[in-house]
Amino acid sequence: MSFIKNYIGDVWGAVKSLAAGMKLTGHYALHHKKEKITQQYPDNKDTLNLPERFRGEVVLIHDENNEHACTGCTACELACPNGTIKIITKFDLTPEGKKKKALDTFVYHLDLCTMCNLCIEACPTSAIKMDQTFEHSVTDRSELIKTLNKPGSKIREGVE
Amino acid sequence: MYRQSEIVNDPSKTSLLGDEGTDMIINVGPQHPSTHGVLHLVITLNGEAVKKVEPHLGYIHRSIEKMCESLTFRQFIYVTSKMDYLSSHMNNHCCAMCVEKGLQIEIPPRAQVIRVLMDELTRLASHQLWWGALAMDVGALTPFFLAFREREMINDIMEETCGTRLTMNYMVPGGVMADLHPNFQKRVHAFIDHFKRKIDEYDELVTDNIIFQNRTKGIGYISKEDAISYGMSGPAARGSGVQCDIRKLYPYEVYDKVQFEEVIETAGDCFARYLVRMKEMKQSISIVEQLIDNIPEGDFQAKTKAVLKLPKGEYYSRVETARGEFGVYIVSEGGTTPYRIKFRSPGFSNLSALDHMTRGQKIGDMVAIMGTLDLVIPDIDR
Repeated sequence: MSFIKNYIGDVWGAVKSLAAGMKLTGHYALHHKKEKITQQYPDNKDTLNLPERFRGEVVLIHDENNEHACTGCTACELACPNGTIKIITKFDLTPEGKKKKALDTFVYHLDLCTMCNLCIEACPTSAIKMDQTFEHSVTDRSELIKTLNKPGSKIREGVE
Repeated sequence: MYRQSEIVNDPSKTSLLGDEGTDMIINVGPQHPSTHGVLHLVITLNGEAVKKVEPHLGYIHRSIEKMCESLTFRQFIYVTSKMDYLSSHMNNHCCAMCVEKGLQIEIPPRAQVIRVLMDELTRLASHQLWWGALAMDVGALTPFFLAFREREMINDIMEETCGTRLTMNYMVPGGVMADLHPNFQKRVHAFIDHFKRKIDEYDELVTDNIIFQNRTKGIGYISKEDAISYGMSGPAARGSGVQCDIRKLYPYEVYDKVQFEEVIETAGDCFARYLVRMKEMKQSISIVEQLIDNIPEGDFQAKTKAVLKLPKGEYYSRVETARGEFGVYIVSEGGTTPYRIKFRSPGFSNLSALDHMTRGQKIGDMVAIMGTLDLVIPDIDR
């Protein structure tokens, strides 16, 4: 007799605890409009607010005069664990006629980058930063190898 | 761990039926949807009862230990976030601590508190995901969405301060990479207030559910002695009554200054391991609450040299991740890169007890046992 009693008790307990869970789920089903938590990504592109520190891709900061702060010291290249950055330098002639090392091409392999932020930390002149762009898909792999310094850009006056 | 069984090796016995003619060998994974990640289990079944479980590893082996040997002491830390991706802060933390031990740097108090705060938030996020995944494993879908709702708030906090959501690379030798975001305290307060209310829903939905209790109580028993023998650690071992919380045994950073309890359950079954994690979440909330308003002012990073060179010697440090004890062992020859690195990952030792736990259990219970072990496969394979 006690077996049947226990059995019915078990079933009753299961139904009761199931109803408790269903009540909660039902509450969310009815109140979902107030507590919408998922973002519909392609639709919210205009209102998407990414934090300022978001690691999207490395960019070289250019000001309005098309000038950057990169001295070509290769600190970022040495800091990178994956060989993502390749700095090609050239020698400029200063007005005094001396040779001065300067940046020629800042090659950035986005396909190798893991967004670890170590290059940004290593840069002594804060010339590079992480940008908020994150849609990196391309149809050709060669498009992922980028030159970060804009054509005609030169180093800002006074940056050593 | 990796050994080919005689059944698999002997061609006369590779048929679907095993040696006695009644055993059936089933491959679970590496792409089976009910497993976590790319874990391959060769299960010998007698009817519905599991006779033997043999994990075959190597599907996501990336030779991280070898890779670290060619990276400098600043660079190798980022790789460890890709091991146990759910407790990446703790992995980074342990590596940074080990390098600091070698360099004998004292990190500023502000950095210590930030590190502990980040660790505990990561632990919360990890346990939330585990809770959702476990419930999904045993057949309930809704908890998964509820867990992700709360986890999203932590991810947003991380994104704002660290810049990324999963593999942070925020801990650097000497402190942390950047200072806390001005919004950090406000958002953590909002999260704690929200989560304290929602954690009762977790209990209502899953813990108190009779069906869930029947599926976990008395399932996957492992005694305290066996748990120690298998080298288990973390919540999985604490469910069997083993005192193994590194935060209590070998306190690091500010863990000796905050009040929290080491959660111990003695039943040793799936439900005990479940309860340990649920109670641990409450302890983590309490740690975060104690620290969030008492972050000391000051530097977030100690001054370090641009090129780090560890003196010749061997260094070991350990932390408590969401899964158990994580250890880093560095052998340095005095150069800029480590001579040898060994990681002691909690998932690997916990997985070794799976065979012992599942023996004699039903195949359906195996999924619950795996779920309560909280396996992260990249952590096991490395």
